[in-house]
Amino acid sequence: MASSKQIESILKKNKRNNTTALIPFFTAGYPQLNSFASNLVNISKVGDIVEIGVPFSDPMADGMTIQRSSHQALINGVNLKWIFDQIETVSHQLQAPLVMMSYLNPLLAFGFKALSQRAKEVGIGGFIVPDLPLEESDELRIALENEGLGLIQLITPATPASRMIDLCAASKGFIYAVTMTGITGSDKGLSLKLAKYLNQISNLTELPICAGFGVRSAKDVEIIGQHAVGAIVGSALVEAMEREEDFIGFLKRLR
Amino acid sequence: MALDFSETEKEILYQSVLDNKFPDDMGRFGPFGGRYIPETLVPAFSRLEIGVKKYLNDPQFIESWQNELNEWVGRPTAMTYAKQLSHAWGAEVWLKREDLAHTGAHKINNAIGQALLAKKLGAKQIIAETGAGQHGVASAAACARVGLPCRVYMGAVDIKRQAPNVDRMRQLGAEVCAVKTGDQTLRAAIDEAMRNWVSDPADIYYIIGSAVGPHPYPFLVREFQSVIGREARKQIVTQAGGLPNAIFACVGGGSNAIGLFHSFLGDREVELIGVEAGGHGPDLGQNAATLATGTPGVLQGAYTMILQNHDGQVQETHSVSAGLDYSGVGPEHALLQSIGRVDYESATDTEALLALSELCKAEGILTALETAHAFAAAKKWASNNPGKRLLIGNSGRGDKDMITLSAHMKG
Repeated sequence: MASSKQIESILKKNKRNNTTALIPFFTAGYPQLNSFASNLVNISKVGDIVEIGVPFSDPMADGMTIQRSSHQALINGVNLKWIFDQIETVSHQLQAPLVMMSYLNPLLAFGFKALSQRAKEVGIGGFIVPDLPLEESDELRIALENEGLGLIQLITPATPASRMIDLCAASKGFIYAVTMTGITGSDKGLSLKLAKYLNQISNLTELPICAGFGVRSAKDVEIIGQHAVGAIVGSALVEAMEREEDFIGFLKRLR
Repeated sequence: MALDFSETEKEILYQSVLDNKFPDDMGRFGPFGGRYIPETLVPAFSRLEIGVKKYLNDPQFIESWQNELNEWVGRPTAMTYAKQLSHAWGAEVWLKREDLAHTGAHKINNAIGQALLAKKLGAKQIIAETGAGQHGVASAAACARVGLPCRVYMGAVDIKRQAPNVDRMRQLGAEVCAVKTGDQTLRAAIDEAMRNWVSDPADIYYIIGSAVGPHPYPFLVREFQSVIGREARKQIVTQAGGLPNAIFACVGGGSNAIGLFHSFLGDREVELIGVEAGGHGPDLGQNAATLATGTPGVLQGAYTMILQNHDGQVQETHSVSAGLDYSGVGPEHALLQSIGRVDYESATDTEALLALSELCKAEGILTALETAHAFAAAKKWASNNPGKRLLIGNSGRGDKDMITLSAHMKG
């Protein structure tokens, strides 16, 4: 059974070993329903933590790639119950703990208590909810923490220092540092002020920091690894799936 | 199903409405509203909230807005006694003529207010979304007026059915971006505008067109639209000699309705009726009757009533009118429904088209397809309440709908 503590300790192990943790993200049920469970198993062999995206009809913080994958996954018939059931069928084969990324409304519809219990059962250690700011998050956070899970807070380069302190205090497992202001999947490259920004967060918390948004290459991972414990790769992985490429090979080459 | 309150709870919430306690510090109207936004936008919303508090309480700012309303928008708009309709319906029918406002709908009240605010806040680029095109045209005009560049996001489906408005926006100097994601209507346009805002939150100001979205938008839009009700209340008392028995307004996101209703919320004897798009009928996906058939959830930044399935996925809608074709509704309407202060009904596409035609021939007023829904419901009410006085918010004119209307005339 997963917990936010387990997520944190895996990342801290990476830090001690001076390796950069790789956190692949992909949309559940994309491109096909029947490949989700096997893809998850295979990706868990490469990633240190796997982030599963719950598709939503109105993904307002996502770029075109994740919008497309979410849209297709919904057409395929994905819902949260199905995702949990699928994960459960392969949970003994998974080699990395899971976190889940979802917009709030599907979680509301599932019910926070049921969600926390079911997530724990299938091995999900934490949730990333991109449209749930700290001020609105108490109810879900308490429900998750009652089961030993947690909300992973996002910090962005636009976040004021005083708010960073509050976000670090509320986060469990790790801190998700958005590396550029904007939506997922932009290819503008990594921020020049990246080092300063990531170091600023590191100075505020004992929690591991993982950086994402715009990670596409081994070079990106290497740069992030100099200032953060983990690199989250989302759009680039989903694009590789979209093009029916060898996405496991792609992930391996990021190391 | 709406949230269920006891009679005591309803009365307490109603009293809080009257005492101006909503939105509260968390941006809530009772349980509804709030601010569900990506972390990237948090600083931008903090700045917006501070700006809204500062300028909406600044007499100089309000005066500059009021001047624009008088000199440029053409306010106050008329209150028209509908003689023929009154005769035909056996009632006393009055129309608040927002169709006479500059650019042809109530949308301009809010657009010019927010454009002035954006200028004060130092914005370099305005973005807006539009459904029927009315808010897009209003925003384009307001931006031209205050001297800011404007980019309008519009669903590809709406671009097709509201082509004349697309050209008007471009003529007014705005850039129109076709949104081909999601349902390709108003909801997708709002999603896309939000996404664009996330890419440059410091320099972009988003003029939202309805009383929806994250706090403080539902409040801000209501404040700018409440001019409708303030004028209407004075006018009807003077011209008709007293308050109406019932007031009707169409509801998509609900900005013209909240603007008209707000000055009458304390008049318990005045029935308030919001009219949503009944589309083809009551099944999910066949209409945009969010309050009548929706359930509470979070969409586009607010906890409100939305059309969704059991998994919390927002459903597509259908309405003959682009401006009502929306799966959510302003959070204040969700509160007013749940406490029973406003009734929400729906009118079908066919009923709206018939009402539009009847009004045209009776009074020489081509109303917008959105607005026609309010007339359809008002007519039914009049037949059950003979001799009563009713006020209809004639929120916009129907010139933009000629393509749709021509298609229906040809059958």
